[in-house]
Amino acid sequence: MKELTVISGKGGTGKTSVAASLAVLAGRCVVADCDVDAADLHLLLAPIVKARQELRGGHQAVIRPEACNGCGECVALCRFAAVTVSTDATGGTRFAIDPIACEGCGVCVRFCPEHAIDFPERTCGEWMVSETRCGPMVHARLAVAAENSGKLVSIVRREARRIADEEAQALVLVDGPPGIGCPVIASVTGAGLVLVVTEPTLSGEHDLERVLALAGHFRIPATVCVNKWDINPEMAERIEQRARAAGAGVAGRIRYDCGVTAAQMAGLAVVETAAAAAEDIRRLWAQLNL
Amino acid sequence: MIVAIASGKGGTGKTTVAVNLARAMGSPVQLLDCDVEEPNDNLFLKGRVREAHTVTLPVPEVDATRCDGCGECCHFCEYHALACLGGSVLVFPELCHGCGGCTLVCPQQAIRETSRAIGVVETVECGAITLVQGRLDVGVALVPPLIRAVKAHAQPGVATIVDAPPGTSCPVIAAVTGADAVALVTEPTPFGLHDLGLAVDTLRELHIPFGVVVNRVGEGDGRVHAYCRAQGIPVLAEFPDDRRVAEAYSRGELAVDVQPELGELFRRLHLGLLGLTGGRG
Ligand code: SF4
Ligand code: SF4
Ligand code: SF4
Ligand code: SF4
Repeated sequence: MKELTVISGKGGTGKTSVAASLAVLAGRCVVADCDVDAADLHLLLAPIVKARQELRGGHQAVIRPEACNGCGECVALCRFAAVTVSTDATGGTRFAIDPIACEGCGVCVRFCPEHAIDFPERTCGEWMVSETRCGPMVHARLAVAAENSGKLVSIVRREARRIADEEAQALVLVDGPPGIGCPVIASVTGAGLVLVVTEPTLSGEHDLERVLALAGHFRIPATVCVNKWDINPEMAERIEQRARAAGAGVAGRIRYDCGVTAAQMAGLAVVETAAAAAEDIRRLWAQLNL
Repeated sequence: MIVAIASGKGGTGKTTVAVNLARAMGSPVQLLDCDVEEPNDNLFLKGRVREAHTVTLPVPEVDATRCDGCGECCHFCEYHALACLGGSVLVFPELCHGCGGCTLVCPQQAIRETSRAIGVVETVECGAITLVQGRLDVGVALVPPLIRAVKAHAQPGVATIVDAPPGTSCPVIAAVTGADAVALVTEPTPFGLHDLGLAVDTLRELHIPFGVVVNRVGEGDGRVHAYCRAQGIPVLAEFPDDRRVAEAYSRGELAVDVQPELGELFRRLHLGLLGLTGGRG
């Protein structure tokens, strides 16, 4: 089984449109949408959900006001400034925990002299196993204002690999998140190949360097594709040179084509339409040689 | 008055809006580049770094001569950053959130804290704009502490624009917390609409007033506008889909420098954001 992770460094480079097209060109594969923060692949692959599961992860501190003696120990101990102090209607001091600021470290829970702080588990989202026209798909939805997207990403990938094993599928195609932080690290570590979809802009160039450094850090082979290359041909050239200099491959270029948005509006992968860019993506797929 | 520019998904033009808005204001303003995974504002502003500070997080160090291998610390750590193996403790610094709990629970006082660098915060002078930018070290997973460090370097009382990271999870929340109003940048496409919906849910949860900026109008259709109307969300500004803007962007040029007539649109956007705060600014 091979695992290809499509990432972008900078967001909005057309990563998801490329990933959907690659899934279609693969014929059948297991698709994993690891961009759990802004999952869009389902808008193109129209998955039919077959199973869904809630993900609980981490805890959250909650003060029981009737048990609290107001000593303030929790305020002093919390390094995330999550304990709020306010005055109630009778002029008394009230301690409470801001659920959004709480990182669930458990320090206040352990050291509250009155044992007045509960520590329930929290829901950080749900993940789903679905069927699409390209094969099974694992995707997720992060709960509103939730943490732990890295954990959700790890689960989506693990599940996709399990399905691929079970069904003897040759390819797991991962649509990864933008950036270089925890969800990206969770989606690239141990991948067989990383495809970086970038754009010929100064920001694209800058972010590419950081993403390639990340791939290098985890020793994952990487190859680069410049999307909308004709917006700035010189920059496209420069980015490809930099990619080669960093030891990455160059997998192809995709032209600027409003047909890509048109495909998105129609809920189709670019290669399922007559868009001119489809030809470039087919060439990219051949070049990847998976 | 702090306004934040955010976006449910990357690549909608969030950075473009943030830097052009800062430039169009004309008066002293500070711009906080909180997109610390990919800080790009200075590619457009091209200012000189005046100060740089390394940002660190506390991380435990175990004194093997005092540790008796009881396992209390490993059991306590919520993030599995400590593992007890064969009577000794292994620390995984990249998983540690720096909560300090293990140091407190160790019955042998065998743990002390050292610090680990996670990135830098730089102050950059660009004319009327003071840019404060964070840059996460490659291989570091924990983003929110660095964003908080960027915000801690900002001067209070100065007009402030926050360029938030894309998405809807913890880094975005760290960036927009404390803002008086938020502009959500989106594009009129299915992806744009879907991710806008997620960002709206997050901001409602945080109780911060917000409006929408529709970028690349003409590229997609009217679905984002229809959504905003139905939800009662103000559309603060619209920018046309223009290949010239994309080309200027690719070269690292500011749209308001290339097309000065756009300056008015950005100033109106700022007024719209002020209006959202109910005159608090
Ligand atoms: S430590 Fe416990 S008792 Fe003290 S203020 Fe906090 S919740 Fe109340
Ligand atoms: S669990 Fe940790 S982060 Fe949450 S309130 Fe308690 S000390 Fe603060
Ligand atoms: S709690 Fe202290 S003594 Fe016990 S294993 Fe950890 S470091 Fe060692
Ligand atoms: S400081 Fe907190 S997060 Fe870090 S190892 Fe200790 S208990 Fe775990």
